[in-house]
Amino acid sequence: MITFIIRRLISTIFLLVVVSIITFGIFFLIPRLAGQNSAELAAQYVGRNPTHSAIVQMEARLGLDQPLPVQYWHFLSGIVAGAHYSVGPSVTYCPPPCFGYSFRTQAPVWPQMMAALPVTVSLAAGAAILWLVGGVSIGVLSALRRGTLFDRFSMGVALAGVSLPIFFTGLISLELFSYKWPIFPNVQYVPFTHNPALWARNLVLPWVTLAFLYAALYARLTRAGMLDTMNEDYIRTARAKGLPERTVVVRHGLRAALTPILTIFGMDLGLLLGGAVLTETTFSLPGLGQFTILAINNQDLPEIMGVVMLAAFFIVVANAVVDITYALVDPRVRIGLWPCWKSATCGSSSGPTTVWSRRWTGSRSTWSGAARSASSASPVLARA
Amino acid sequence: MERGRTLGIVGESGSGKSVTSLAIMGLHRTSTTKRGGTTVSGTIRLDGEDLVSASPGRVRTLRGSKMAMIFQDPLTALHPFYTVGAQISEAYRVHNRVSKQVARKRAIDLLRRVGIPQPTVRVDDYPHQFSGGMRQRAMIAMALSCDPELLIADEPTTALDVTVQAQILDLIMDLQSEFGSAVIIITHDLGVVAEVSDDVLVMYAGRVAETGSAADVFRQPGHPYAWGLLGSMPRLDVARVDRLRPIRGTPPSLINVPSGCPFHPRCGYPEQVGGDRCQTEVPLLRETGPAHRVACHLTRAKQQEIWKQLAPGSAAKPGATAEPGADGDAAPAATAEPGQDVTGVEAS
Repeated sequence: MITFIIRRLISTIFLLVVVSIITFGIFFLIPRLAGQNSAELAAQYVGRNPTHSAIVQMEARLGLDQPLPVQYWHFLSGIVAGAHYSVGPSVTYCPPPCFGYSFRTQAPVWPQMMAALPVTVSLAAGAAILWLVGGVSIGVLSALRRGTLFDRFSMGVALAGVSLPIFFTGLISLELFSYKWPIFPNVQYVPFTHNPALWARNLVLPWVTLAFLYAALYARLTRAGMLDTMNEDYIRTARAKGLPERTVVVRHGLRAALTPILTIFGMDLGLLLGGAVLTETTFSLPGLGQFTILAINNQDLPEIMGVVMLAAFFIVVANAVVDITYALVDPRVRIGLWPCWKSATCGSSSGPTTVWSRRWTGSRSTWSGAARSASSASPVLARA
Repeated sequence: MERGRTLGIVGESGSGKSVTSLAIMGLHRTSTTKRGGTTVSGTIRLDGEDLVSASPGRVRTLRGSKMAMIFQDPLTALHPFYTVGAQISEAYRVHNRVSKQVARKRAIDLLRRVGIPQPTVRVDDYPHQFSGGMRQRAMIAMALSCDPELLIADEPTTALDVTVQAQILDLIMDLQSEFGSAVIIITHDLGVVAEVSDDVLVMYAGRVAETGSAADVFRQPGHPYAWGLLGSMPRLDVARVDRLRPIRGTPPSLINVPSGCPFHPRCGYPEQVGGDRCQTEVPLLRETGPAHRVACHLTRAKQQEIWKQLAPGSAAKPGATAEPGADGDAAPAATAEPGQDVTGVEAS
């Protein structure tokens, strides 16, 4: 297990390097391939109606006149070890992790992102708890009462939840609960450390709005997973043992049905941490999502690169955490991951032997369920 | 069923073997796919206690303790996320107030009894680390954890290869003599029934077609369906003079059971009964010998006469179980065309 975790972490770092190459390539290589020279690139950094000397100076300052691999190395070492920017005689030191300076504010990018991060974490964490508890419990109840009024009603609401965009539900909830009946008036972000009560009160509407979207999806996923699982032979075995129905449902049914949900949950959370653009914009929360929008609107390259790298970091880490958790949760995944010290027990497996093949090709319904939900999750993510 | 006896239930797929056993266990109503599930009428008595009228809670406490069940595919029947030991201990702890350590000891002991090597180590293995035969042994250990009085084995050897099948059957028989349980073996493999059963019950379309001691049913079967089953079974002990004789047609839909005798569309002998009794009158189980009962309108003398011609190894040419053109020939008889290679009753 330890070796597996180490291996997974190494591949995570490798993946991050690949992400950095791609990000760098998008912003520095592709413009060149499209025929833009370094002076034109530098001109974007200077401001309106730049003088020739200002452009040349900026070119030198950003190192754009240097070969691309050197520039990439500068970018990478800046993240790891910090960077020095020399403007004529004065040298500015940008401490690690250095993503350069924003055009907009002339401030280093990293501290700005770190200021926005707690907002996004507050939003994502609170909403995640809500949607996980709400979505899964509604899904389980729906599956157990399949075809009843409750099932139809909750699945109808879930369909609405999946279909309605955040900027619709968010604005409606603001109109109703902030203006018409001011239960949550004056919604704005207050740091947790300043006033926890106000922090929570002001985040209730964004939490609920964001959780509604995801809870709807999770309710449908859980329902489908539970319906699959409750028809499994081992559920019949559990009943044949004489276990109480509650134990059958929770310990035998839900445990198996939740495993694919766990995967999706990790991925969703990782993606959300990179910024919930629509929710943050709707509720004016100064999180990473809003930071991203501002960066894009201002064509602020260092900020965009910084936020892309940070979002990629969260997704890659979430992926690794999900994989490791999966190995802890599902013993079948562990095969081939740790050494066979119980000599006779290792050869007799009937399934594929690695995490990857198990995860994406597997034969049992839970696995196809995971694949199905992974594909259905993506459209929602774009709308958070 | 008597303690220590073994009953074999045979019949094609869809003849109601498994449903009957699930009904005994009270597992028929716990389906999430059909709201409300099914209902059972009549009586099922275990140790004098009626299970049909008993509350679901009561049936649940009996399930696993007084009656236990072994399922067909031991890989899917065991939960993939829990160790074999945990699953056996769980079965034991539902019905016995004991600590986890005691239950674990019990699980190890049971695994040893069913012939798992190194039970103290293997108790912590997951089902996927077991071979098919070992999984079925673990299922048996789980079923026996509370010394049940009735053990139902629903096609316990179907998913296993032949050598392991024999081992598992031997194991069930050994443990039966040790624990003194009554055993019901459900199968479509007549060889298995002949091997292990004291009594045989032949089911067709959800009804009992014939029941009696194994010797009676195999040597002097009285029901045309039993003849068909026996005639479609390859035998090694008798010189094979002709092709296997399959039962033509397919089992009827239980939503639309044929009128009268449910077997009459596939039966070759309605004309021997005379009139349209087979089409109109449901045959009742009639005593044809000591503890041997057959649900057929044919008289016992006729039954014996026909079976004498049919019995494998008898010199006479087979009477046609698959005689084309008989009355009430509703089902397609494609598999019974002469000259076609047919191996017998296929069941899944």
